[in-house]
Order: sequence, then C-alpha cells, then structure tokens
Amino acid sequence: MSQASGKLDRMRLEQPISVLKTRYVPGRWDVIAFILVFGLFAYLGATAHALTGSLAHLEAQPVSLDPRYLPGYAAQTALRMLVAMVASLLFTFTYATLAAKSRRAASVLVPLLDILQSVPILGFSITIVFFLSLTPGRVAGAELAAIFLVFTSQAWNMAFSFYHSLRSIPDELDEAARAFQLGPWMRFWRLEVPFAMPALIWNMMMSMSGGWFFVVAAEAISVGHTTVTLPGVGSYIALAIQERSLAAIGWAIAAMFVVILIYDQLLFRPLTASADWFRLEQEAGLMPSRSWALTMMRRSRLLGFGQSLFGSAIQLGFNRGAAPKPTPPRAAASAARGRLVDVAWYSAVAAIVALGAWRIGRLVMEHIPLAEVGHVFGLGFLTLLRVVVLIALASVIWVPIGVHIGMRPRLARTVQPIAQFLAAFPVNLLFPIVVSGIVVLKLNPNIWLSPLMILGTQWYILFNVIVGASSLSADLRYVGENLGVRGWLWWRRIALPAVFPFYVTGAITASGGSWNASIVAEVANWGSKHLTAAGLGEYIADATSAGDFPRTVLGIAVMSLFVVVLNRLVWRPLYERAERKFRVS
Amino acid sequence: MNANALALNLPPLLDARGVCKSFRKPDGDELVVLDNVNLTLRPGEIVGLLGRSGSGKSTLLRLIAGLDDPTSGVVDYQGTPVAGPAHGISMVFQSFALFPWLTVLQNVQLGLEALRLPEAEIRKRSLQAIDLIGLDGFESAYPRELSGGMRQRVGFARALVVHPNILLMDEPFSALDVLTAETLRNDFLDLWGEGQLPIRSVLLVTHNIEEAVQMCDRLLIFSTNPGRVVSEIPIDLPQPRSPLDPRFRALVERVYVEMTARPRGEHRAGAKSERFAGTGIGTSLIHVSSNLLQGLIEAVSEPPYNGKADLPAIAQALQLEADELFPAADALQMLRFAEVEGGDIRLTEAGLAFTRSETDERKHLFARHLLTYVPLAAHIRRVLDERSSHTAPKSRFFDELEDYMAEEAAERTLRTIISWGRYAEAFAYDDQRQIFSLENPA
Repeated sequence: MSQASGKLDRMRLEQPISVLKTRYVPGRWDVIAFILVFGLFAYLGATAHALTGSLAHLEAQPVSLDPRYLPGYAAQTALRMLVAMVASLLFTFTYATLAAKSRRAASVLVPLLDILQSVPILGFSITIVFFLSLTPGRVAGAELAAIFLVFTSQAWNMAFSFYHSLRSIPDELDEAARAFQLGPWMRFWRLEVPFAMPALIWNMMMSMSGGWFFVVAAEAISVGHTTVTLPGVGSYIALAIQERSLAAIGWAIAAMFVVILIYDQLLFRPLTASADWFRLEQEAGLMPSRSWALTMMRRSRLLGFGQSLFGSAIQLGFNRGAAPKPTPPRAAASAARGRLVDVAWYSAVAAIVALGAWRIGRLVMEHIPLAEVGHVFGLGFLTLLRVVVLIALASVIWVPIGVHIGMRPRLARTVQPIAQFLAAFPVNLLFPIVVSGIVVLKLNPNIWLSPLMILGTQWYILFNVIVGASSLSADLRYVGENLGVRGWLWWRRIALPAVFPFYVTGAITASGGSWNASIVAEVANWGSKHLTAAGLGEYIADATSAGDFPRTVLGIAVMSLFVVVLNRLVWRPLYERAERKFRVS
Repeated sequence: MNANALALNLPPLLDARGVCKSFRKPDGDELVVLDNVNLTLRPGEIVGLLGRSGSGKSTLLRLIAGLDDPTSGVVDYQGTPVAGPAHGISMVFQSFALFPWLTVLQNVQLGLEALRLPEAEIRKRSLQAIDLIGLDGFESAYPRELSGGMRQRVGFARALVVHPNILLMDEPFSALDVLTAETLRNDFLDLWGEGQLPIRSVLLVTHNIEEAVQMCDRLLIFSTNPGRVVSEIPIDLPQPRSPLDPRFRALVERVYVEMTARPRGEHRAGAKSERFAGTGIGTSLIHVSSNLLQGLIEAVSEPPYNGKADLPAIAQALQLEADELFPAADALQMLRFAEVEGGDIRLTEAGLAFTRSETDERKHLFARHLLTYVPLAAHIRRVLDERSSHTAPKSRFFDELEDYMAEEAAERTLRTIISWGRYAEAFAYDDQRQIFSLENPA
C-alpha cells in the first residue's frame, strides 16, 4: 500500500481501508462489458467462418428476401465496416507518419493523397477483378474487394488529418520530447497520437458516415462478367430492387437503422466523448458529449484489463526500443550527399510519373476517339451543374434552419446528434423508394434522379451550421441585441459571418459526397425498368458494368479532375478566407 | 462634488425598484440571484457596483440593458419600464465582444446601421467616435490585429457612437494588464471630465476596489447569495483622484471593511465566524488553489504583518485583485485558519501552527480542518468510509449539490473540494472515471 493511503489509515484508525479487497468485486459495468466483449467474440468467430468458404458455396446459398436472415446480413455488413476501419487506421498511422517524417516521401505522398481523395470511390470497383484473382474460387477475395472499397472511402481524409496534426505539433511539445530524448516509438504513442486524436476522431466519424454508403454499394457489384454478391444488407437491397419488393426494402432500412444506432452508441459516442480528453485546451462552443459506453469502458475493470494489456504492449516497445544515443555531431559533408540523394529520388519519381502518363495516354487513346473525350467533359459539366444547384438549394434550406437551431442550445443538443445520425445513414437504401416513385409518376429522370445525390450529404451542411451558430458567444449575441441589430442586418453582419467557416466545411464535405453519389444516383433500376440521367456518373456506371476498362478509367480521371479543380479554385480559397477572416481570434 | 449635488435635483435617468431575479433549478426550486434591489442613476454621475463573484452584478446589468426580464420589480428608464433592449442604453463588455469578421469601422458602425440612419451620417459619426477614442488610423484593422487595450477602445467607440444616455460597463478593464487598464481608465475619465462623451451617466460593474474609488461618484456594495445592496458609499473626492491621497486610502479601507462585514443577524451567540449563510453541505465554494491558500497564510504570518494584515495592504503587496483575495480569505476563514473582519485578516492559532509546520504536518493539519469544518468534505469522506467499495461516483454528490445551487456552482464547488481533498490526501478522485475513492495512486 502506498505511503499516502497509509497516512489515510492513521487518520481514521477505526475504519481501515481495505483497498485491495475491493479490487475483485465485479461491478455493474463489468457485467455489461463482459456480455458485450464475449458477444462480440462469438459474433466475430461465426462471421469469420463464412469468409473462408468457397464462392461456389456462396452461390449455392443465394441471398434470401426473408427478413429472418436480415440480422445476419446486417451483422456481416457491420463487420466489413469494422475491418475496413481498422485497415484505414493502420494505413493512417504508417502513410501519414512516413509523409510527415520524410521530406522526400512527402513530396510524393501528399499530392498522391490529394488525388486519391478526389477519385470517386466506386471508381475503385475496377480493382475487384484483381482481388478476386488473389484467391481464386474463395469468398475471401470478394470480401477483400468489398472491404477495400470501404477502405478507400475512409482512409484518405483520416491520413490527411493525421499528417496535418503531425506537422502542427506545437514547438514546445516537440522540444520537450526531444529534450527528454524520447525514442521514435515512445514519441509516437506519448506525443503524436494523443495530440492528433481529436482531429483524427472527428475524421473517423466522417469516414464511418461515408463508409456505410459504400459498404452497401460494394456488396452487389458487377464489373463486366465478374459479379460479386456478398451476403449483406447491400445485396439484400439489390435483390429487393430486382423483385420490386417495397416490403423487403422497408425491412432492410429498419435493419440498417438498428445497426447504425448500435454503432453510434458503441463507437461514435465514446469516440467523440473521449476526444475531449486529448484536447490541449477546451474549445468554446463544442458541446460536451456524454456516452454511457465510454463510462462503461472507464468503469469496467475487465475492459481496464484489456486497456492495460494494450498499454503494456506499447510499454514493451518503450523498453525494447534503443536507449537514447548521444546525437552525432552534424557532419558538414552530409549536405552534399543529401543533394545527391535528392537528385536520384526526384529523377526516379519523374521517371515513374512519365511512365504512368504514357500508359494512361496509350490506354485511352487506343480505345477512345478524341471526340468522346470532349463528350465526357461535357457530361462532367452536366454533373457539375447538378452538384452546384443541389448544394445551393440545400444551403438555402438548411443554413437558416441550422442558425435557428444553433441559437437555441437546448434544441441544438437534441437536433445535432440526429443530423449526425442521418448523415451516417446510407441513403442508397432509400433510392429504390424514390425511383419507384419516379417510375410510377413517369417523371423526368434527368431532373428527378438528381436529388438523390444530395439526399445523404445535405446533413453535413445542417450540422456544421448548427455547431457554428451555437459557438457564437453569448456576449456577441448580447451586443447585437443591445445595439438593436435585427432583420436582414442581423443575418448579414452577425449570423451568416458567424456560421460561414462552419458552413464551408460542411459544404466541402457535401459537395465531395455528391460527386461520389452521382455514380449511384444517375443510374437507377426498379425491377426491369432502367432509369438514367445524363452525366458523368452515369457514364462511369455504364462503363463499369460493361467491363469497359478504358472508358471507366477515362470517366474516373475526368471526375477526379473536376473535383481537384473545384477544390483548388473554389473550396480551398473559400476555406482559407473563412479561416483567416471569420474565426474568432 | 458639485456634479453630485446637481444630480440630486434632476429626475433619475434610471430607477430600479424591488428588482428580483431567480432561475428555476432542475428540481423545480427557485434559485434567487437578485433579491429586492433598488438603484437610481441620475444624470451626470458614475455609479459603481461592487461585489464578489456570484453576487448578481452582471445579471443586474443585463436586466437594465433589457437583455433579460426581472422575475419581479421594475426597471424604469426615463420614466417608462424597460421591456426589451432599450435605445439609449449601451454596453461595454469585459470580453470586448467585437465581431471578428468586421473591421474597426464596421464594428463601430453596426449600432448606427441598426438605427437605419443615412449612410453619410453613419460614416461621419463613426469616424468622430473613432477619433474621440483615439483609434485614428485603425479604421480598416480587424480586431485580431489589435492589442487588448485597442480592442476595448473599439468597444467604447461602438457603445458611444449611438449617443446613449446611459453607458453600462461590465468589468471593462479587468481583461487588460495593469498599465493598459490605467491608461484607458484615465483617458475615459479625462473625456468624461471635459464633457466630451455623448453620455449622461455611467453604471460600472467591477471587482477592483481601487478602480471603483477612482472612477465613481457613488458605490453600491452587493452581498452574495442572494445578491442585494448592503451599503452605499458616496465618494466626494474631486477628480483627478490620486491613489496616494490619504482620503483615497481611507475610502479604499472603508470599502474593504464594508465588504468583509458580517451580514446583520449573524452576530447571534454561538454563530461567531459562521459568516457563511447555512454552512451545510450546500455551501457554494469558489475555487482557490491550495498554493494560493498557503501563500496567503505565509504572507500574513511574516513581517511586517506578523499574523494580522490589512486587506488592502496585503492585496497590494501580493498583487492580488479583490476577486482573488476575497475568496482566498474566505476559504481560510472557513477552514478556521484565519478570521476576516473590519477589512483585516488575522491568523488563528491553527493558522500560525500551519505556517510553522513541515509539508507532511501541514497536510495533516489541513486534512483535519477540512474534514471538521467543511461539511461537504466531511460528507464525502463519510460516504466513502461507509461504502464497502470505498468509492462513489461524482454524480452522487453533484445531484445532492444541485438541490442547493445552480449547475455551474455545483460543478465549481466539487472542483474546489476535489482540489482541497487531494492536497489534504483526504480522498482521491479519478477524473476519467469520475469517481471518488480512498485509494491514492502509489
């Protein structure tokens, strides 16, 4: 027993403290934790078993529309999601660290990440053929392909956020770490990861929200002659569309609702609540989040044991790591050698880039007439028009509503998690309902398919505006009242500038998401009815399902170009302006 | 002063009668913040509101500005009750409250734009105000480019440009460093004395006693829990006032005496040094670090004070503002290490013993006093002792405290008791798990 508690004993001799005895009495939280942990084990074991099965076995047991199977499908969908998230985290920790530590690596990795981020995620579905060839005849290949698709929707922004955090570690913390001669491993876990945590957690949440959309889309995909149908909510929906069963679609939506609710409670909430612990200083306006699951993790000794295992593993790394060596004096000669390595490195990069450009050029030029390239750009502008109009519409609707909600703290506390939840809900599950409506009412698909693109992403605008409005300080609001600022003047001078930086953040996410969704939204099926809206998304979707590799690559490249140019010319300047001018101090 | 004499003959600009303000607590009970406050403001005077934190001064200011409504009572402005933000009353904030996305000029113009004045006049008047307050050349700057002092000048210009009758100031200088605050204060007093300010009277909320004596014609002293006016001190020194003037010092001393006076009715037998209304577990505590407590005890015990010090003198010697000194002195009194009365602080036997002890003994002594004289600490310790697990969640005590005080105060009180409990090693607290316990990490 410690000296300090010994002193406590002396103070109240009649009631000795038997601290150690209480250690083994399990608490209420332990029971909950026990059930959850072993429930998870059981479920993982059963689901993982299916992974090793053969494709033939999978085909022998086709997806059934019977709602009894739905919980099982939902569980498999959720598991894919989890695996992809873990993979994204591993990618983040390695890729971003490498980019942050090496100037040379950064010169390639950072722009690469920027491009990868703008590639439409379903464009990655052309990799399915590659993954299937890895494990011929096994389900694992198809699973890998689906998981990789979800991974591509999650990893890039997480890596970006981590890279950014690593680059912006405050000087005094960096100096302290160097003064104490922390090894790279210890520095990573004691300084870099905790410091990057709040931003990373936020981005993980964003990634999860996007991920649901693609996990559902990835479960039933055909590329040319290769068709993958993995048991899950996504393939269930695909079958329901084929069979025109609105009831089955209703069941799927309900199942997904429950799955996301569970994820929200067990992962999202604890994550956001724990993000506060890593913050250097309390930021104003962020609502403190509470989570029962986090309380459970903190209070439960069982999970505490797991945590301490993880801690010891890292600790082992500290101990095994090389003892700090005295820094060798910087050699004068190394500068010249460094320049030589630079030359070699950049030449190699240039060579690979030239090779890549030649391959793309050859692939596209050999198969596609130049006129079609122009046509594809035209389709790009059509889709751009849709994105712009929809973002404008969503802004006009949600900004005023978001401001009104954000100014009323109690309402904001209720609405914000709902908006966050809605953003996570894979709206592609709702598409069939809209599409069946379009078919029945004989509406023009060129117009009426468009709203599907923003159905899921509009919530980002809403909840960012809510956060922005609720972070306006009480004093600033009082000034407005005291000076009698009302009406349009109030919107122009106070409300709109206050939410502007938050709005831009939301709009960037919404716009990116809409481009991605266009591949799913511009083409829709209802039974045998095939609806299309002319646009770049439709072009890519058609090329992919026809297995037309060159046209798929062309479509994806053009869309990436649109997204990159839009980001550079519109969003980034807007964002920087917002950061500079509108942020409070 | 003649301004005062003049003021008495004119009808009041502002007349608050029987103002009460209470908030509803989660359990439905009322929490009274202001209790039957009367206040008049006449043309030509600067009135100061002095009180400890939590005495409802800022709440009163907001009621007068029409930003909030009193639970009962009326606030008359020029003979009509205030309902909603009143034109002619403007406010200067402690936090400056400048819009970061507007330039200095745009910030100043805002109030005139709200009045829908013609553009040319808006510009003319704004530039005049900027000129008057010494912001020439900064018109196109954004607030973040300015120092604290310049920011508050913008705050003043913005409040003055609408030519208000009453200027409300909510601790306008307390976010500034000492030198900047003094410069700004003197500039303000010069303009006021020369009649250059387009205002008729000023209501100043402050916790800085010297500042109050320097600026005001009349001081109202507020008590805490609930806030009410306990005394009024007229200040009839001519301006400019020198803080070294013996009459100035005497007034400062008098304010200290008034502010440390025991409320009437607590002198009854047996109630000695029970200054805290109802010292049950429901006493709201203000956070004072154990370092500050030790520092204060030591300073008072040492020469030239030798165990008994004049509060203004020790405040000056330790560079403590009144809002830091009073809570620290109160805490020492609550722990029976000192007694505070008549503007003096005097160490008790225990207090003197504390200063003579080594670290471990000090902690021991502190723990004994904490568990004996602070009911909440004793209560927490008792609960921990009685439970077989020797742990208790924070929420248990938080809920109990919420029966007595607002959520914020309960949070603050618990933070204080945790900090003292840790120093005394009377109990431990794990912030991640939000659990009190008797175990101390080895």
